[in-house]
Amino acid sequence: MKPASFEYYAPRSLSEALEQISQVGDDGGKILAGGQSLVPAMNFRMAQPTALVDLNRISELFYINPTDSGGLMIGAMTRDRVVELDENVKLRAPMIPECLHWMAHPTIRNRGTFGGALAHSDPAGQLPVVAAALQFNFKLQSKKAERWVNADEFFVSVYTTCLEADEILTAIEVPALGKHSGTSFQQVSRQSGESALVGIATLISLDEAGKIKDGRIAYMGVAEKPVMASAAMDMLMGNKPSDELIADAIKATVSSELDPGADIHASVEYRLHLAQALGVKAVKEAVARAAK
Amino acid sequence: MSDLIDIKVTVNGTLYERSVEPRMLLSDFIRFELGLGGTHVGCEHGVCGTCTILFDGKPQRSCITFAVQADGHTIETVESLGTPDKMSVLQQAFQEKHGAQCGFCTPGILMTMTAFLKDNPHPTEEEIREGIDGNLCRCTGYQNIIEAVKLAADNMASKS
Repeated sequence: MKPASFEYYAPRSLSEALEQISQVGDDGGKILAGGQSLVPAMNFRMAQPTALVDLNRISELFYINPTDSGGLMIGAMTRDRVVELDENVKLRAPMIPECLHWMAHPTIRNRGTFGGALAHSDPAGQLPVVAAALQFNFKLQSKKAERWVNADEFFVSVYTTCLEADEILTAIEVPALGKHSGTSFQQVSRQSGESALVGIATLISLDEAGKIKDGRIAYMGVAEKPVMASAAMDMLMGNKPSDELIADAIKATVSSELDPGADIHASVEYRLHLAQALGVKAVKEAVARAAK
Repeated sequence: MSDLIDIKVTVNGTLYERSVEPRMLLSDFIRFELGLGGTHVGCEHGVCGTCTILFDGKPQRSCITFAVQADGHTIETVESLGTPDKMSVLQQAFQEKHGAQCGFCTPGILMTMTAFLKDNPHPTEEEIREGIDGNLCRCTGYQNIIEAVKLAADNMASKS
């Protein structure tokens, strides 16, 4: 058999799962969500968890609830495909279905989960950058306590989050988009369903006069975790977004804040070129949508 | 070795009871425990799609799911679609258009597209191409496969 042996737990309730992970988490036990990244790693024996606590039978972790403030609360085990096709998600956070369309294939999204893709913290993953741009909040629970952290705290590095060994990501809060706000997700990958060479998630908010009053631009594929384009946002803030300004603002980020690596798929120069082209395209689209 | 776990899984309408190690992949369970060799295993890490089965009616990769996770669930494999004498509309179209080619990727494509055509009975060519983008054919000729799916959609439409 391909994976190494492990003890298997199939809890029916969250409290049962929290008890089990508190016992096995410190000794190399892991949470099993959709398994679409973990099980391939186990098949290669790159991952050899001593125990798996399988959350697939915990019905209380599968839900999408619109919140009173205009946002969403999403149970961590909600399948990606369910999130992608949900009407409330399309209406309240259209960047989520747009980015999920790029994530692997429908067959993978049928099993993969919203919480799992975030907790995997893949530097080339779509959801982490969207989480950084939209400022998701993450509910982390252990047997003893629960806490909320934001996207900046949650993502630490490659495949690493701030989750402790005895904690489970149980829910994700997607804040409401403000008035006159628009979003855009762009990426380039070598083939459909593959990891992105470079990708970008953008949120832009305009004031009544059409000047940029707030926003966040997050890049993927250029570092170990989502990179916020602060230099670009500084230049855009308070200004009317002309084509020239957008190009200059993105250039400020591309020339000073991004430090992509080179690999067999793309050189540093090509990744920076993509970062410029996708950045301009994303900000323009987000501005156009915000103006509607 | 960890303890064996008793599971009950309905596969192609038959309820099977088996004891398995937790680490047994669903694909290996289907092939070696149940003797259903129609489900092929290619890359064994969720990339090629030939091991695709229907899990509670939805296409999923059986090589990156554990057999214990199928306990209490319903699985359909390529054997459920038809027999050589009585093929499904999609299988007939694959035969007519020579969509099988070498045949290795075919079981996964048939399962993926059986579910696809249920959700979208009148697909455009673009949608068909997108629908099979998670299934690799290393004969590298998707043309016959796409034509077969188109023909199946037409034949299903004229039947109903």
